[in-house]
Amino acid sequence: MNSGAILGLMLLAGLLTAAPARAEDAPARTGDAPAHAENAPQSCEVPDYLLATESALPKVADAAKSGHALDILVIGSRSSTLNTSEGIAWPGRLQAVLREKLPTIAVNVSVELRVKKTAEEAANGFIKLMEGKKPTLVVWQTGTVDAVRSVDPEDFRSAVDEGVAALQNAGADVILMNLQYSPRTETMISAPPYLDNMRVVAQQHDVPLFDRFAIMRQWNEQGDFDLFTAFHGIELAKRVHDCLGRALAKFIIDAAHLGPAQ
Amino acid sequence: MTSIADRIAGPPLAAEADAIARDAAPARSLPAISFPVGGERELRLDLFRGLALWLIFIDHLPPNLLTWFTIRNYGFSDATEIFIFISGYTAAFVYGRAMLESGFVIATARILRRVWQIYVAHVFLFTIFLAEISYVATSFENPLYTEEMGIMDFLKQPDVTIVQALLLRFRPVNMDVLPLYIVLMLFLPVILGLMRWKADIALALSVVLYALTWEYDWYLSAYPNGYWAFNPLAWQLLFVFGAWCALGGAKRMSRILASRITLGISFAYLFAAFLVTLTWYIPQLNHLMPRRLEQWMYPIDKTDLDVLRFAHFLALAAITVRFLPRDWPGLKSPWLKPLILCGQHSLEIFCLGVFLAFAGHFVLAEISGGAALHFVISISGILIMCAVAWIISWYKHSADKSASRTKSTAGNADLAGGG
Repeated sequence: MNSGAILGLMLLAGLLTAAPARAEDAPARTGDAPAHAENAPQSCEVPDYLLATESALPKVADAAKSGHALDILVIGSRSSTLNTSEGIAWPGRLQAVLREKLPTIAVNVSVELRVKKTAEEAANGFIKLMEGKKPTLVVWQTGTVDAVRSVDPEDFRSAVDEGVAALQNAGADVILMNLQYSPRTETMISAPPYLDNMRVVAQQHDVPLFDRFAIMRQWNEQGDFDLFTAFHGIELAKRVHDCLGRALAKFIIDAAHLGPAQ
Repeated sequence: MTSIADRIAGPPLAAEADAIARDAAPARSLPAISFPVGGERELRLDLFRGLALWLIFIDHLPPNLLTWFTIRNYGFSDATEIFIFISGYTAAFVYGRAMLESGFVIATARILRRVWQIYVAHVFLFTIFLAEISYVATSFENPLYTEEMGIMDFLKQPDVTIVQALLLRFRPVNMDVLPLYIVLMLFLPVILGLMRWKADIALALSVVLYALTWEYDWYLSAYPNGYWAFNPLAWQLLFVFGAWCALGGAKRMSRILASRITLGISFAYLFAAFLVTLTWYIPQLNHLMPRRLEQWMYPIDKTDLDVLRFAHFLALAAITVRFLPRDWPGLKSPWLKPLILCGQHSLEIFCLGVFLAFAGHFVLAEISGGAALHFVISISGILIMCAVAWIISWYKHSADKSASRTKSTAGNADLAGGG
């Protein structure tokens, strides 16, 4: 338990030292990543290829160029939130990091939770939701409930397909976010069909896919986080969500070409 | 170890070979069903089934170093294809002979007895799964994974869940192969009956069923919702194809298999599949994939045995048959003995593998030992599988010898095993 606390402190220290440095190299990111991994092995570095996407976010880019507010709506299930106070889960972290990195743009992140809802159930209210909110960008996190209930992957795919179409028709850019990497339940929940189908839908609609699964698995393998062991307090969850928020912020900035260079 | 293993496997195999050779003569007079010339036990089948069992075990563990040796990383198909094909082959070989010797009713009765054994094995595995998941439910608290813990909800209704499991409708992850095998074996009497009448028509019907399944999206539903992870209506193609090969198809295809064109196509296809899989593991290469091809190809469906997977298996099989002759002396080498032994007792070893994968997960969760422990667990699992296969074979051939002498000439379930 003691060593865990020390490790936690070290991690936190690593994060604090690494964060400003990372912000500086963001534009020239190609060559520097490996050096970073050596300096701060416990930071939660994400390899560039996991954050690369061919799909763009034209509406976000326009909003940023014309100085409009950037309204981001997160539609998610239980894994987009933590049980504690606001702002600690990844949507809150996303807002904080984006505001820090894009000081000239007004960034607002709001969250619509669809707890225990499959993709199909969540997508039911999209049209109404979009009429009310009119966001620039929607981050739709889905798949977990479908995997837990082993919904037919074909049905899942058409539900995500229709959901993305509805969001796009309402005039927003869309990012899909897939499942968490959860090694402890790997023998019980079969994630691959849902991951594959989300990838397919993302390709068909040309929307960026934030590969949360691969990113968390990478962290687990690099040793940034041990996601396998049974007992954890809220600390690990907080750190993971903070890292997810950062990674997603970088992903959005890259996909919309909002880097300081532009 | 070697000498004992030889003592076990040597004489009974020879006796069996004689028995098969004797049977093969009358069999050849019937045009519809024939057995491979020489009729000797196909050690290649045992070898590759053993290999499939090892690979399935490794694939069921969390990814680690050994995972890189499993074939699913190098192409579309994986160990399941090998397993189902060989099971179809051996089942048709053994029960086809029984049907020829003793008639439809007796053969059916023996097949049903085998189905029962597989069913019991499945229920046994389910019990272990229940123990594991109940443990996780009571001991695992991580705020990060509150949502994933929804999987435990079925523990709130154990009555319904257990009945559904007995009906094969509730099947946890990694427990999908045995139900598939049970259904395939249930239909084996019909398949064999058809094969005996006209083997090619049986195969054609199987292809038609496969095509219809794809066209009309037929599937078996599961509890609480969803579908069977291996759709028997699609996977029967591989099983029936195995049976067709066993009953003379392989011999008739030998010309095609020997041709250079087949070889060339197979290699080209395997290489192309390898390049595609490379883009899964090295996402940096992803942009080299033509978008059109991606849209046409993905998702490569395992549930319904995607044609790309089936073709990949065929290519692998064609190359294997070409470069690994039936009488390759290496098959008798002591180094391959463990694999062959595992393949010969496939039902038991399969169940053991699933259990060991559960146990491995458990150990990894309790002791965070990292990659080294992971590797040790994988290796010990395989060693345990080999040891148990050896013990089973010792029971069969030495401990039970006096009891089984009378019936040992009849095709035994261990040849038709699999699960």
